[in-house]
Amino acid sequence: MATKSDGPLDAAPRVVWYNDPLWRGRFFQALTLLAVIAVAWTIVHNTAVNLERRNIAQGFGFLSTTAGFDVAQAAIDFPKDASYGRAILVGLVNTVIVAVSGVIFATIFGFLVGIGRLSHNFVISRLATAYVELLRNIPLLLQIFFWYFAVLGVLPAPRQSLEPIGGWVFINNRGLYLPEFHFGAFAGWGIVGGLVFGLVVSWVIRRWARIRQAETGAQFPSGWVSLGLIAGLPLALFAASGFDLSLVAPRKSTFNLAGGIQVIPELIALVLALSTYTASFIAEVVRAGILAVSHGQTEAARSLGLSHGHTLRLVVIPQAMRVIIPPLTNQYLNLTKNSSLAVAIAYPDLVSVGGIVLNQSGQAIEVIVIWMAIYLGTSVATALIMNVYNQRMAIVER
Amino acid sequence: MSDVTTSTAFVRSVLTEAKAPPKSIVGPWAWARGHLFGSVFDALLTAFGLFLIGWMVWQVLDFAVLRAVWSAENGEACRPEGVGACWPYVGAYWKQFVYGRYPEPERWRATLVFLIFAATLIPLAIPKLPHKRLNALAFFVGMPIASFFLLAGGVFGLEPVETTLWGGLLVTLIVSVVGIVCSLPLGILLALGRRSKLPIIRMICIVTIEFWRGVPLITVLFMASNMLPLFMPAGMEVDKLLRALIGVAIFTSAYLAETIRGGLQAIPKGQYEGAMALGLGYWQMMGLIVMPQALKMVIPGIVNSFISLFKDTTLVLIVSIFDLLGMIQASLADPLWISPVTGKTGYLVAAIVFWVFCFGMSRYSQWMERRLATGHKR
Repeated sequence: MATKSDGPLDAAPRVVWYNDPLWRGRFFQALTLLAVIAVAWTIVHNTAVNLERRNIAQGFGFLSTTAGFDVAQAAIDFPKDASYGRAILVGLVNTVIVAVSGVIFATIFGFLVGIGRLSHNFVISRLATAYVELLRNIPLLLQIFFWYFAVLGVLPAPRQSLEPIGGWVFINNRGLYLPEFHFGAFAGWGIVGGLVFGLVVSWVIRRWARIRQAETGAQFPSGWVSLGLIAGLPLALFAASGFDLSLVAPRKSTFNLAGGIQVIPELIALVLALSTYTASFIAEVVRAGILAVSHGQTEAARSLGLSHGHTLRLVVIPQAMRVIIPPLTNQYLNLTKNSSLAVAIAYPDLVSVGGIVLNQSGQAIEVIVIWMAIYLGTSVATALIMNVYNQRMAIVER
Repeated sequence: MSDVTTSTAFVRSVLTEAKAPPKSIVGPWAWARGHLFGSVFDALLTAFGLFLIGWMVWQVLDFAVLRAVWSAENGEACRPEGVGACWPYVGAYWKQFVYGRYPEPERWRATLVFLIFAATLIPLAIPKLPHKRLNALAFFVGMPIASFFLLAGGVFGLEPVETTLWGGLLVTLIVSVVGIVCSLPLGILLALGRRSKLPIIRMICIVTIEFWRGVPLITVLFMASNMLPLFMPAGMEVDKLLRALIGVAIFTSAYLAETIRGGLQAIPKGQYEGAMALGLGYWQMMGLIVMPQALKMVIPGIVNSFISLFKDTTLVLIVSIFDLLGMIQASLADPLWISPVTGKTGYLVAAIVFWVFCFGMSRYSQWMERRLATGHKR
């Protein structure tokens, strides 16, 4: 009916400006931004007023004040007149100790349990399932309390220490006592040097072997050679030094044990609880990863003539790892964040030491900012690395 | 000719009975060989596993039943060497584990709250029952308001009860339910914001989500209890429990936002396009088309968030609010019941309670996942 159209079709639609999505978007964004700024300003203003009323100084100057308290475990030097800043640094190092050892144990345990759940062995797979269902459904804090108060807390006093390896290792309610290792100069450097050299050379050999195999198809037993280099070289050098190692065992004195390395019960309880708890999650990640590799892959690999070991190593594991690694890093991050529960049993980690500083100095904002900055920094850095990893590992499709 | 064929050829007119599979493949013996001791290593593993199971079952049975103390006036009977669980201590304290220090004559109010909670949650969790919308409204709006007035009192002639007296399982439940109820709308908004086309809103949401996900809950609780009072206008006091609740709700909303975003991403693009083609605006499209589907899809995820929140409520004891674990921890200092086994008994009780709740919820979420796995699978 309309013989003449209202205008050319490619002209912009006639909308009133306040109905234009572009302008609406800008308007609401400006509104949100204003609201956020207003809230932030109110908070800052209120805080400034409150701090003034309570006579609390602002800024990070307090970090150089003398701390005046002692920490139960200081991996770095912590003298009597050390500053708050130093104390927080000690706490950070302790957090790193817990996180790293927790990650190592949780990985070993988690992979074992995860593979165990897929085992053909009925007893083992049920045991692994029970482990996962039990551990991950009980709060971590409760598990830490259990290990710390109910298991380690009721161990005998130092004089009645348990001695699993008579005279060398002691366990009592003050912790685990291990002998100190003193390597001779040649033996010590030989082991370290041998290890580093072995690692570098075997990396080069593996690379060369892979390239050669891709070109010629000839295989090279790089696994055995690397094992020989990495384990054999340090051992050989250690033997060449005439096994130059002296062990200093802890000695019993009247009330306590002297000498040796002491691992405080707080650390044991925390690492035990964190690693067993996180292992139950890692087990699920590992199981999901292995199940994600379709059975056809295994069958195809076998029909190409690959052995069982080769199928696992060349086909199944590389594909499973692609699925496993991102959630695995998430679990590592969770473990690191959960290590802050140390404060409940007074293991001197970042949060625990920071809490003491917070209570003593009253610098709540600064201490909490330090905490959050450190944990957030770790998370963000890990997330960035993971993004790069994911981009590199992503399946290249058409 | 025909004679010959009929006499010499044999044509089977009836199928023979199928032969039973060989003994080595079926039957309990074959099963055992396949699953228990196929090889020497397998047999060793089985033996090790059986030993471990037997040892653990025996340990628990021995501690909780055989060597346990069943009746006593005080902790004296639990103190000798070699005694198992101290059950009389639990008998003396269980009311505190459930209600905390809530005044004795007013405890019926807390009981009523538990009942209202169950009465609104259970029908909501059963997909077959009708009136889901009304039910959800009752659970997410009615229940918290009714519970608040019931517990805090001060209205309808109810005695006011300070929140410092609240404790035990009651607080565990309050923190986790308030956490999830308040964080759900917040999480939805953050998730929508993160997928928004408006750059400033998207930036704000991403920063918020990643910030709260990147820090441990303990620091959030410390922040809520130490910094929140500083943020308020001078002279304004914020209740201690409320501070913890705010911290928990914000923390959980960041995690929920990510769960919900997963659901939003799983909705096929055609749904958005269809909604837009119908001429729906943004909020209509989200509210009527996308969100109902996305939320339904992420119910298992939300339940999982609730499980971790439920476990994480134990952390409030660090800012001295006494939840179930906090009450147990506090009761262990009672000189009347102090003994080497009191701690183990208390933790065993806490572990059983938490495990039953969390395991039940995780089973529910798995069941829901299977039920919902019919939709957008392609």
